[in-house]
Amino acid sequence: MITTSTPAATQRPIRLFRNKAAKIAAIPMILTAVVVFMGGTIWTIVFSFTKSKLLPKANFIGLDQYDRLWSSSKWGIAIENLLIYGICSLIFSLVIGFVLAALLDQKIRFENTFRSIMLYPFALSFIVTGLVWQWILNPDFGIQKVVRSMGWESFSFDPLNNQEIVIYGILIAGLWQGTGLIMCLMLAGLRGIDEDIWKAARVDGIPAWKTYIFIVIPMMRAVFVTTLVIIASGIVKLYDLVVAQTSGGPGIASEVPAKYVYDAMFLSQNLGQGFAGSTMMLLAVLIVLIPWAYMEFGGRQRD
Amino acid sequence: MTDATTLATRPVASTGLVDGPRGGKPKRAISPRNVFIYGTLLLVSIYYLLPLYVMIVTSLKGMPEIRLGNIFAPPVEITFEPWVKAWATACTGLNCEGLSRGFWNSVRITIPSVVLSIAIASVNGYALANWRFKGADVFFTILIFGAFIPYQVMLYPIVILLRELGIYGTLWGLSLVHTIFGMPILTLLFRNYFTTVPEELFKAARVDGAGFWGIYFKIMLPMSLPIFVVAIIIQITGIWNDFLFGVVYTKPDVYPMTVQLNNIVNSVQGVKEYNVNMAATIITGLVPLFIYFVSGKLFVRGIAAGAVKG
Amino acid sequence: MNTFKLFLTGASALALSTSVNATDLEVTHWWTSGGEAAAVAEFAKAFDATGNKWVDGAIAGGGGTARPVMISRITGGDPMAATQFNHGRQAEELIEAGLMLDLTELAEKEGWKDIVNPSNLLDSCTLDGRIYCVPVNIHSPQWLWLSHAAFEKAGVDVPSNWDEYVAAAPKLREAGIQPLALGQQPWQSNLLFGAVQIGVGGLDLWKQVNIGKDVDAAGGPDMAKVFEAMGDARDMADGSNVQDWNQATNMVITGTAGGQIMGDWAQGEFQVAEQTAGKDYTCLPGLGVHEYLSTGGDAFYFPKLDDAEKTAAQLELASVMISKQTQVAFNLKKGSLPIRGDIDLSAANDCMKKGLEILATGNLLPSGDMVFSADTQTQFNDLMVEFMNDKSITPEDAHKRYVAIVEDAD
Repeated sequence: MITTSTPAATQRPIRLFRNKAAKIAAIPMILTAVVVFMGGTIWTIVFSFTKSKLLPKANFIGLDQYDRLWSSSKWGIAIENLLIYGICSLIFSLVIGFVLAALLDQKIRFENTFRSIMLYPFALSFIVTGLVWQWILNPDFGIQKVVRSMGWESFSFDPLNNQEIVIYGILIAGLWQGTGLIMCLMLAGLRGIDEDIWKAARVDGIPAWKTYIFIVIPMMRAVFVTTLVIIASGIVKLYDLVVAQTSGGPGIASEVPAKYVYDAMFLSQNLGQGFAGSTMMLLAVLIVLIPWAYMEFGGRQRD
Repeated sequence: MTDATTLATRPVASTGLVDGPRGGKPKRAISPRNVFIYGTLLLVSIYYLLPLYVMIVTSLKGMPEIRLGNIFAPPVEITFEPWVKAWATACTGLNCEGLSRGFWNSVRITIPSVVLSIAIASVNGYALANWRFKGADVFFTILIFGAFIPYQVMLYPIVILLRELGIYGTLWGLSLVHTIFGMPILTLLFRNYFTTVPEELFKAARVDGAGFWGIYFKIMLPMSLPIFVVAIIIQITGIWNDFLFGVVYTKPDVYPMTVQLNNIVNSVQGVKEYNVNMAATIITGLVPLFIYFVSGKLFVRGIAAGAVKG
Repeated sequence: MNTFKLFLTGASALALSTSVNATDLEVTHWWTSGGEAAAVAEFAKAFDATGNKWVDGAIAGGGGTARPVMISRITGGDPMAATQFNHGRQAEELIEAGLMLDLTELAEKEGWKDIVNPSNLLDSCTLDGRIYCVPVNIHSPQWLWLSHAAFEKAGVDVPSNWDEYVAAAPKLREAGIQPLALGQQPWQSNLLFGAVQIGVGGLDLWKQVNIGKDVDAAGGPDMAKVFEAMGDARDMADGSNVQDWNQATNMVITGTAGGQIMGDWAQGEFQVAEQTAGKDYTCLPGLGVHEYLSTGGDAFYFPKLDDAEKTAAQLELASVMISKQTQVAFNLKKGSLPIRGDIDLSAANDCMKKGLEILATGNLLPSGDMVFSADTQTQFNDLMVEFMNDKSITPEDAHKRYVAIVEDAD
C-alpha cells in the first residue's frame, strides 16, 4: 500500500537505485539530525549530570542539578509563565491568525496593504519589538498617560510593572510580532480550498461560519500542523522578547525557561544547571512531539 | 486529505496560482457586512501600526523633546539627525561609523547562508516528499525536534563541531550554522510543497528515464518558485536579524549589522538616545521590510502552495 | 599636551617593547557608551603608539553577552588577544585549563606589587601565585546619591546618613516624590543589598558573612537588622518603575526621586546633567554610616595565543594599560579611580575625592565578585530582586533564604 502514495514507486527494479540517490541527497539532513540535533541533545543531557561551571567538564554529581532546578522558585515561575504564555499564545495566534485571514479572504480592497501591515512586524528583531512595547506600555509616557491626559484620570494600564499580569504584557508584544506570519499561512490555506466546496455549501444553505468550522478548517489540517510547529517552537524558545521588555521583572515575575537556562549558563557560569534546565525543556517537547510523529507517520502508511 | 482533493485544489505554478479570494461574494459597497469587515481590519491595523508610528515619530524628534514626553505626539521640530547618526556616526566602541560598518558584512553573511540553507533544505524536502526511503520519517522527526532546541544550549556543541571541521571563525562556518538551524522549518515547508506535485508529472518523468537530480532540476525547480521565495524571505529575516551566532562564531571585522544595532540599543551606561535607537532599528529592519513589500504577493502565493498540504 | 602624552606613552612602551613588528591585537570589551568609549580610546591610542594596532571588538550587554563569545572563541581555538572581565573569580576555570597567558614575569619586572593600590586588586588577578590579569580601574558600588531639589521640596534637610534618610521618606512621599529610585534589573537590587549590608551591618559582620561565609553570623540578629533595613528600602522604592540604573539616576537628577543607591559610575550622569556635588546632589559612601568601599572594577585577561609575536604584543598591551600616563588618561574619562596609588588626580570632583580619601585610609573591602562565585552572586540577585518586588515575602523569609544561599555558597 505504501507504494501508491509515493510517486513512481510502481517500478520495482529501480527502487534500489532510487533510494540510493535520495539517501545521498539526504545526507546533509541526516547528519544535521543525527550529529547536531541528536548529538547535541545527548551531549547536553550527559553534561546536565555534571557540575560544569564555566567550561563543560565531566565531573559527575548525579541528579544534584535537577534537585536544585526543581527546588528553585525561579524555575517554578518560569514554567508557570511558559504555560500561561504558551497556551494564550497558541490560542490567540491561531484564532487571530485565522480570523484575520478569513477577513482578508472576503474579496476586499487593499488586501495587499492590509496584509503587509500585519506582516511587517515579523521583519523586526525581538530586541526592538520588546523596546517599543516597553515604551507603549510604560505608565509614565505610554498608553496610560495618553488616556489619562484625555480626562480619564483613574485609568490604569500598567502590565509590565504588575507581577500578576506582566506575562500578558509580553504576550501583547509577542502576538504583535508573530500573528502576521500565522495569518499569511492561514490565508494561504484558505486559498487552497476549492471554490466548489464554497459553492456546494452555499447551495446547501449552510451559513458561512458553519462552513468554516465544519468543512474548511478540517481541510486545512496541514496548514495547522505547519503553523503549530512554528508557533510552538517560538514559544519554547521565548527569550529575547522577555529580556528586552522586562529582563525577567518585576522581581522574577516574567522569567521563562529559556532565560533561566541562558542565565544559568552565561551569567551564573553554572553550565550544569543550564543543561539540566534545557534537558527538562527538551523532554517536554519530546512528550508532545512523539505522539504527533506517530500520528503523522503512523497514519500515513495506511492511505 | 485524499489525493483527489490534492489534485483538484493544488494549483501548481504552471496552472497559475489561485490568488483570488474564496469567501462569500461582495454585494454592495456599503453594507453592514463591509462595515464590519473594514472596521475590524482598520482597528487591527492600528494595533499593528502603532509601534511603527511610535518608532518613526520618535526617530524624528530631538532628545529634549523626547524627555518631555508623550511618545505618541508628532514631532514639533522634525530632525533627521538621528537617522544620519544611526547610519554613519554612532559609535560602537571605538568605531564611529554607525550601522554602515556592519551593513556589507550582513550582506556577506546573509547571501551564502541563504543560498546554502535553501539549497540543502529544498533537496531534503524533495527527497522526503517524493523519494521516501526507509527511516526518512525518523530523521525528519528528529529534525522537527531540532526546531524546538533553544539556540543557546547548542552554542558549545556547535563550537566543538566547527572546531573539528576547521571552519571556526569563518564565514563558511557561520553559514553552516544558519543552514543547520534553518533546516527544520525549511525542510518542513519544502516537503509539504513537494508532496503536492501531481503524481502524473512525476511518473511521466520517470518513464522518460529522468533520475533523482534530473527530476529535481527539470521539473521541481521550475515549478516551485513561490516556495523558494517564501524560504528566501524567512531565511533573510532570520539571518539578517541574527545577533547571537554572528557575534559568537565570527570576529569583529566581520560582525554583522545587528552587533552594531545591539551596541547602539543596549549600551548599559550613559544617556540613552532613544531617537537614534529607533532610527537604527528601522534602518536595520529595512532590508527584510523591503523584501516583504516587494514580494508580498509572491510570499502569500508561495505559502499557499507550500503549507497547505502535508 | 596631547603630543606630550603621546610621546611619553610611546617612549615608555618602546623602552619595554621586545618586538618592533606591528601586530594587530583584537580586544573584546563591553564599553560602548560615549564616556566609556572615550576611555577605551585612551587605551587604543596608547597601544597604537607602540607601533601595534588595537582592533576593537566592542559588544554591548555586559558579561552575559561577552562570556559566551569569549568562551566559544577560546574553546573554538580562535581566541581574541585580550578581553575585559570583572576581576574576581570569573575567569578561574579558564586559567586552570591553561588557556590564559601568565603575566607574572612582566608583573615582577615592572613591580606591579608595589604600584597597585589597594593590593587586593592584584590578589584577585592571582591564582596559585601567578598573575593572569591587569586591573585597570576601581569602581565601588556602596554609594547613596541624594537629590537636594527633592528634599527642599519636601521641606526636610538633606540627610547625612541612612537613618535620617529613612526618617525623611514619609515627608518625601507626601510631597509626591519617590523616596528611593530603583531600577528593575536584578543586579541593582543586590547592589542595594550590598550597600545596606555594609552601611547598616558594619565591617565585622560583612567580613564574617562574605569572606568567612559564617552561617551563624549570616543568620544572626545583626543580619536581621540588615533585612529590616531592606524592608524599609522596599517601602521607599515602592512605585519605582524604571528599568535601567541610569533612568533611576535621572529621577534623582530631576528631583522626582529623593535618592538612589548606586555605584560611583552614577557620577557620570550627574556630570552630564551639569550638576555639582554638594550643591545639587550629595553622595554618601557606605550610606554615610560605615564609610567603607569595596574595590571592584574591571580587568583585562589575555588568552594564550600560538603566535610568539602576538604574545609579545599582548605583554606590551598589558604594560601599556597599567602605565601611569594611560591610567590617568583612562580613568579621568571613565570616571573611575586609578589602580595605582602613585598618581595625582587633582582634577577629581568632590565625590571622587571622598572615594580617594577612603582609598587612602584603607577602609576597603573586596568586591562581591571576588568573594562569591558568579553562581552564588546570581542567586543573591534573584533573591533580592524577588524580595524588592514581592511584598508577600517578609524580611524574615528573605533572611532565611539568604542564609540558605550562604550555606551552599562557593
